[in-house]
Amino acid sequence: MNLLATTTLVVPSIHYLALLPVLTFFGASLVLLLMSALVNTKVTINWATGITVATAIATLVYAFFQWSYIAHHGSTTTVAHAIVLDGFSVIGNVVIAVSLLLSALVAHDWAKRERVAGADFHILALASSAGALLMVQANDLIVIFLGLEILSIGLYVLVGFDRHRATSAEAALKYFLLGGFASAIFIYGAALVYGATGSTNLSSISYFLGNNVVLRPGLLYAGGALLLIGFAFKVAAVPFHAWSPDVYEGAPTPVTGVMASIVKVGAFAALLRVLISALGTQLDTWRPILFVLVILTCVVGASVALVQRNVKRLLAYSSINQAGFMLLGVWSGSARGVASTLFYVMTYAPVVVATFAVVTLIGGTGDDLHSIDHYRGLARRQPWLGGALAVLLFSQLGAPLTVGFYAKYSVLAATIDSGGGALALVAILSAAIAAFFYLRWILALYADDDVEGTRVHVPLFTGKVVAVGVIVAILFGVWPGPLATWCQHATMLFLP
Amino acid sequence: MHSSIYLLLLIVVPLAGALAAALVRKVQGLAYALGVGTALVEMALALIVAFLYNPHVKNAQTYDFVTRHVLSAPFGLAYDVAVDGISLLMVVLTALVLLLALLGSRDKRREAAFVGWLLALTSFTMASFLSHDVLEFFIFFELTLVPSYFIIAGWGGAQRAKAALKFFIYTFSGSAFLLIGILYLGFAHQHQTTGVLTFSYSALQSTGMTHSTAVWLFIAFAIAFAVKSPIWPFHTWSPITYAEAPTGGSIELSALLAKLGSYGLLRFAVGLFPLALPTMRPIVLTLAVISILYGSLIACATPDLKRLVAYSSVAQLGFITLGIMTGSKIAMVGAVLLMFNHGVITIGFFLIIGFIERRRGSYQIKDLTGLQGPAPVMAALFTIVMMASIGLPGLSGFVSEYLILIGTFGTHAWWGAIATTGVLAAAAYLLWAYQRVFHGRAEGANASITDLNFKERWVLVPVVVLILALGVFPKPVLDRISPSVQVLIHHVAPAGVNK
Repeated sequence: MNLLATTTLVVPSIHYLALLPVLTFFGASLVLLLMSALVNTKVTINWATGITVATAIATLVYAFFQWSYIAHHGSTTTVAHAIVLDGFSVIGNVVIAVSLLLSALVAHDWAKRERVAGADFHILALASSAGALLMVQANDLIVIFLGLEILSIGLYVLVGFDRHRATSAEAALKYFLLGGFASAIFIYGAALVYGATGSTNLSSISYFLGNNVVLRPGLLYAGGALLLIGFAFKVAAVPFHAWSPDVYEGAPTPVTGVMASIVKVGAFAALLRVLISALGTQLDTWRPILFVLVILTCVVGASVALVQRNVKRLLAYSSINQAGFMLLGVWSGSARGVASTLFYVMTYAPVVVATFAVVTLIGGTGDDLHSIDHYRGLARRQPWLGGALAVLLFSQLGAPLTVGFYAKYSVLAATIDSGGGALALVAILSAAIAAFFYLRWILALYADDDVEGTRVHVPLFTGKVVAVGVIVAILFGVWPGPLATWCQHATMLFLP
Repeated sequence: MHSSIYLLLLIVVPLAGALAAALVRKVQGLAYALGVGTALVEMALALIVAFLYNPHVKNAQTYDFVTRHVLSAPFGLAYDVAVDGISLLMVVLTALVLLLALLGSRDKRREAAFVGWLLALTSFTMASFLSHDVLEFFIFFELTLVPSYFIIAGWGGAQRAKAALKFFIYTFSGSAFLLIGILYLGFAHQHQTTGVLTFSYSALQSTGMTHSTAVWLFIAFAIAFAVKSPIWPFHTWSPITYAEAPTGGSIELSALLAKLGSYGLLRFAVGLFPLALPTMRPIVLTLAVISILYGSLIACATPDLKRLVAYSSVAQLGFITLGIMTGSKIAMVGAVLLMFNHGVITIGFFLIIGFIERRRGSYQIKDLTGLQGPAPVMAALFTIVMMASIGLPGLSGFVSEYLILIGTFGTHAWWGAIATTGVLAAAAYLLWAYQRVFHGRAEGANASITDLNFKERWVLVPVVVLILALGVFPKPVLDRISPSVQVLIHHVAPAGVNK
């Protein structure tokens, strides 16, 4: 008894401004959950979408205050240094919020078309996004793991959300088994790193490694490698990508959009923090591994996509190829590299969500018209929709005057600045291979042998989302200045 | 110095025209009229720039109309334009190609889109020639792929899809090397100087580098430009692309876009890496000579007129490359002039082939015979264009090829000697093709074709005038080219070329 009386639990100071986005997302998710449980009439999809959109917009408002707080007081950590508030996390939050906002609108129209009642999609998407937000702000391996799990568990359910298609359930099971495996590997890696450095806190790890020489680095290396594998699984880097085409194909299309955007933001943000903030001193050790990973990811992603006829599988491989480019910025290990990966993720997310919005539309009721042949003549029948998809694909291809060009440009610049000329060349040649399947898709859009096919109805919200994707692609493709400067500022305070 | 507003207009006017054409697409024929109007304005602007151009602006080497604005410092992105004697002719050619391609190859299928893409392509090509910043050049160089791709894929022949893909992928892969080279150079410059990332051409010219770095960078640049030109062995995309493209597209591709390759080689590969030249010169010269011989030989055996011109272009581009790489001033001036002359001649060829195709529905040599009888004016104009291409004295082709060959003999006699046989071969394949197509007795469909109508004749007038004028009196043009070439030579080989 005496022992209990003298031991006081020290509650760490909490800086609520830093936690607000995560709390709001969780809160919104819980509110929706409670509403659907307690309110007698089923919570209509309109309410769910409304609350999700409001949550995302609230996060954008917080971001404004967070950004000005950082501008005045500098970046800070809170909750016993487990959560960090810096420019990098603010931008990550904004990208996640925008991606969720766009995805929720697409899902809204999709749910109406598929007659999916209730708020389940939005509850899970909000919770998943909260996990991604946590990963973006995490400064501790345990918190990263927490975020990763929250992100993943929501997605496991979302992937299997379409009960009418057996492939959806199959994909969910695949994703769950392999994802669980990857999580286990990740947490084991975290444990080994803890064993080697005495802390799970990224700043402490960095401090320890900066001030001590690790004489027997085996434990540290093993831990780092396992962490890297965990991340590689989440971003679908080759050879840890095998799940991604099946899951992309099986998942309901709006969910695929969420996976391609929000998961990438969260995973890359955390990966950058772990490799560059915490293990920055071990650059020479993890760089060669990443070198191989980048080459495999770029080349395999681009080459295997060539033989795909299903556009969702095609986009899965395309996003593997894009992940290779994002890893390029990580490989460079410099402030420029971090900024370039941030720029890449930030511009890729809205474009890919908009692409999946178009795929959702063409998929039709039942969500299974995903052969490339279903796109024949689309741009002839519906010039706006087809033209929009062409712009989005050109952006992913990396054509100039679309933002995709500057995304590729910035990661390649960072790589070359860090002395990776050969790596950059392999990556950009893989983009030339990738150009082949994007162009073949665009050719199908503009084929004039099937002009009389059926027109698809474009619902209001989905149309807006596609428009936003196209505007992002073109506006920042012509004028990337502000985003580039923003990313540069965000990473200035990032490095220890 | 003159105001750079003219150059901005040269880039913006066609782009605005393209948007306007897209907006009025519902009204029959209006987009075409808008396109022609825009092309006329563009031509007028190009001529104004050509006449105003002053090579003796203080502290600007031979550049005029100079301006530079940094758009994004972290990316090193800038809007930086200027004109000198080397790009001046290309600016005029770009405007001319647009005008004649529009007037000579009206395609009424989805006309507004066709006009729009053609105008967009002109804007991007113009911007590439005007760029005085390497990154800016790259962006527009790469951007020209998109409209070209749509023009080929949307209005081309039976195999258009394959041709468009092949064209895009080849050029895209080639420019991958260019981008890596540009970035490497930019960072090398940044690390040597104040730490500001810039891709300004004049700044990068002073980058210090070792011999082997220069060689590698030269190779990276040269691959992109050799694909675009095309130079053997990077030419394999070009015949199918030129043949499958619609007439307007073939004109744009071979008369204009190919010049982006040789222009880039001269301005950027040679201008930025003079250290690499002693090593690379024999290699590129050899490739150029192989291009000349290979292009000529295949042209002899080719079964259709479009491919014939395509392969003859491979040979002509070989001559241009020869002139660029020898390092002699005369040859370099000749190369710049040939870039323009070949452009004009190719416009003439493709227009007439387009007119033949319009009448006969085919440009296969075996389908055509004795066209001279029913269409004497067409035959006469074809003869003029053909003779200029062969290099008959008094016509434009002669002046430029002559300058190139004299210069080459002065510095690289053996290469010059072999290249000269290409002139003979050109006479062989062109005259032989002429015989088969225009001589003999016209029968069946060939006998009933009509001669060129009023409009078609007028479209060819500028071509013929330029061929004659530059053949007899090239001095005003040469006077504009020479100072800039002199500056470039001075930078590249101050001590003269090692024979």
